[in-house]
Amino acid sequence: MSEPLLDVRNLRVSFRTRGGTVDAVDGISFSVGAGEVVGLVGESGSGKSVSMLSVLGLIDNPNCVVEGEVLFKGQDLLTLDDKALRRIRGQEIAMIFQDPMTALTPVYTAGWHISEQIRAHEKVTKKAALDRAVQLLDAVGIPNAKERVNSYPHQFSGGMRQRVVIAMALSCNPSLLIADEPTTALDVTIQAQILELLRDLQTEFGSSIVLITHDMGVVSQMSDRVLVMYGGRLAEAGPRREVMRDPLHPYTWGLMGSIPPTDGTRVERLAAIPGLPINPSDPDRDRCLFSTRCSFASDACRPQPDLVAHVPGHLDACVLPYDQRPALRLEATTPTGVRR
Amino acid sequence: MTAPAEPATTTDTRPVLLEARSVVKHFPIRTSQGKQVVQAVDGVSLQVRQGETLGLVGESGCGKSTLGRCLVRLIDVTSGQVFFDGLDITTMSRRALRSQRTGFQMIFQDPYASLNPRRRALATVEEPMRTHGMGTDQEIHDRAMHLLEVVGFDASFADRYPHEFSGGQRQRLGIARALAVQPRLLIADEPVSALDVSIQAQVLNLLADLQRDQRLTYVFIAHDLAVVHHIADRIGVMYLGELVELGDSSPVYTAPAHPYTEALLSAIPVIDADAEKRDRIVLVGDLPSPIDKPTGCAFHPRCQYAQDICRREKPVLQPLVDGRQVACHFPLVPTAAAPAPRTTPAV
Repeated sequence: MSEPLLDVRNLRVSFRTRGGTVDAVDGISFSVGAGEVVGLVGESGSGKSVSMLSVLGLIDNPNCVVEGEVLFKGQDLLTLDDKALRRIRGQEIAMIFQDPMTALTPVYTAGWHISEQIRAHEKVTKKAALDRAVQLLDAVGIPNAKERVNSYPHQFSGGMRQRVVIAMALSCNPSLLIADEPTTALDVTIQAQILELLRDLQTEFGSSIVLITHDMGVVSQMSDRVLVMYGGRLAEAGPRREVMRDPLHPYTWGLMGSIPPTDGTRVERLAAIPGLPINPSDPDRDRCLFSTRCSFASDACRPQPDLVAHVPGHLDACVLPYDQRPALRLEATTPTGVRR
Repeated sequence: MTAPAEPATTTDTRPVLLEARSVVKHFPIRTSQGKQVVQAVDGVSLQVRQGETLGLVGESGCGKSTLGRCLVRLIDVTSGQVFFDGLDITTMSRRALRSQRTGFQMIFQDPYASLNPRRRALATVEEPMRTHGMGTDQEIHDRAMHLLEVVGFDASFADRYPHEFSGGQRQRLGIARALAVQPRLLIADEPVSALDVSIQAQVLNLLADLQRDQRLTYVFIAHDLAVVHHIADRIGVMYLGELVELGDSSPVYTAPAHPYTEALLSAIPVIDADAEKRDRIVLVGDLPSPIDKPTGCAFHPRCQYAQDICRREKPVLQPLVDGRQVACHFPLVPTAAAPAPRTTPAV
């Protein structure tokens, strides 16, 4: 395999707080290949957004310390100064956020947003940039792009607004697109539209995508590889097909069991994960952080288990014997009381 | 009392607890085009039987929350009637309504916005009981403590303020408060959509347990068809203020009769190792404005099966062979009256 586009090595993001240091991201390593779609799954507070924000140097909290290496095309982004980073942001790496309304300035038109982005990175005339904006709006499926280019954010619906943001992100043909919960604020029908659009654009433009989401279903639709995060660490990582078919980590089992079955069966109770997500400021970190909610927890969950590849490319950080996992998974995820 | 619009084939003999008859809610607004009307709910009739769960599903803006509020008269209807336990609550005096309110309670999407930030958990649960004068201070206190336990809190939580609770815990606190007046009906408006998946499952399980133990009746409003199918016995699918399909959960979910239900179902992201191989129906465009609804069938601009008649004539809810009701000229499942022309031969 050729050199990955993005290679994150031992990334650690910690915040100094009154109560001590909080490790939001606790030493994660992963890579994103060219043209690859990587799904980053986890619940709120798992560190999935913070890890990607820190990759782009977008956390300007003075109490935040970012350590490790983020190699993008062989260059460590964490060592770059602001000016150099700005050349990469938007042009080489673009980001789409969850709430398209806050990502757009309400007093400027869609066309202004996109052409400003283009002109920030390329020497083109205003006219040429605006023409490109029309083409981009057309490419992301906004009907009547020629007129809509002059519309303001509030004149678009939520789904259309997210399309404008995607057009903006794609304007400089980035090689990496980071999408942070791009469909969470949208209706399911609109979510399906946006996911289809992202997939089509990915095929057309060949960008790599890191898709941050809490929805296993969305990941299953979109990604080539899946990373599952819990408490700032990777719990499991592997090719989508394998993670979906044979998930290895009890947390992944829990995430899947928490979603009502979609195949038409109805159950009395869901196989929910008990308890609350781990508090990132919990000082007791030399253990599997999921052990506080795991029904298979034992003394073996201490010290912190390593991320081990039982199958090449499919890693997980759990001490349970590998050959017993399928049986344990069945035990953990079988919902009780099938109704019909 | 005659029961309109409910299929004659129903075998359910449980008494009807809640009934809506042609409920309409219009909001007059001023725009740059002059006075206009948002047709939020446009003639919805439905029945909820004691002990069952009716799920209302649809996209944002389809009127499901407005309908939910009309059902408990948090807002007044424009026309139509709502019967709770046989009494018309839409025309009732405020005083009479107040005594009825112990029968039905509501759970909201954002539990933080619906809790008083300066009131401790115990007092939050006690308040509705005091308002309705349900016993002595000691009795109210004991029952509030019991309710906190029922929704999974130990005694140490009683003195905490809402900001000390996580999202899922706040929703459980909201449920405990709703249960305080011993209601028979709970209207839950998107109770889990603001929560993390693992917490969502916990709250759904709690609602299921409560229903089993306390014989509650639910109206469960959500945009997620998979969640609604999981919790509801019957599903009503809403589109632009109207019911387009209404029937038992399993047939609605496994063999949708309305093209809109079919599209909603197809849009659910399924966990599947071979997800990319699935054929999906992706609706084009957005939900039209409830100010200026399309002519004929409101769904026709987004419907892949739309014909001329769909643009001209508005379909009415009609019964299907399996007892469901659907408002479509070309339902995907045969109707009781005549076999559908476009689907496989009628049963």
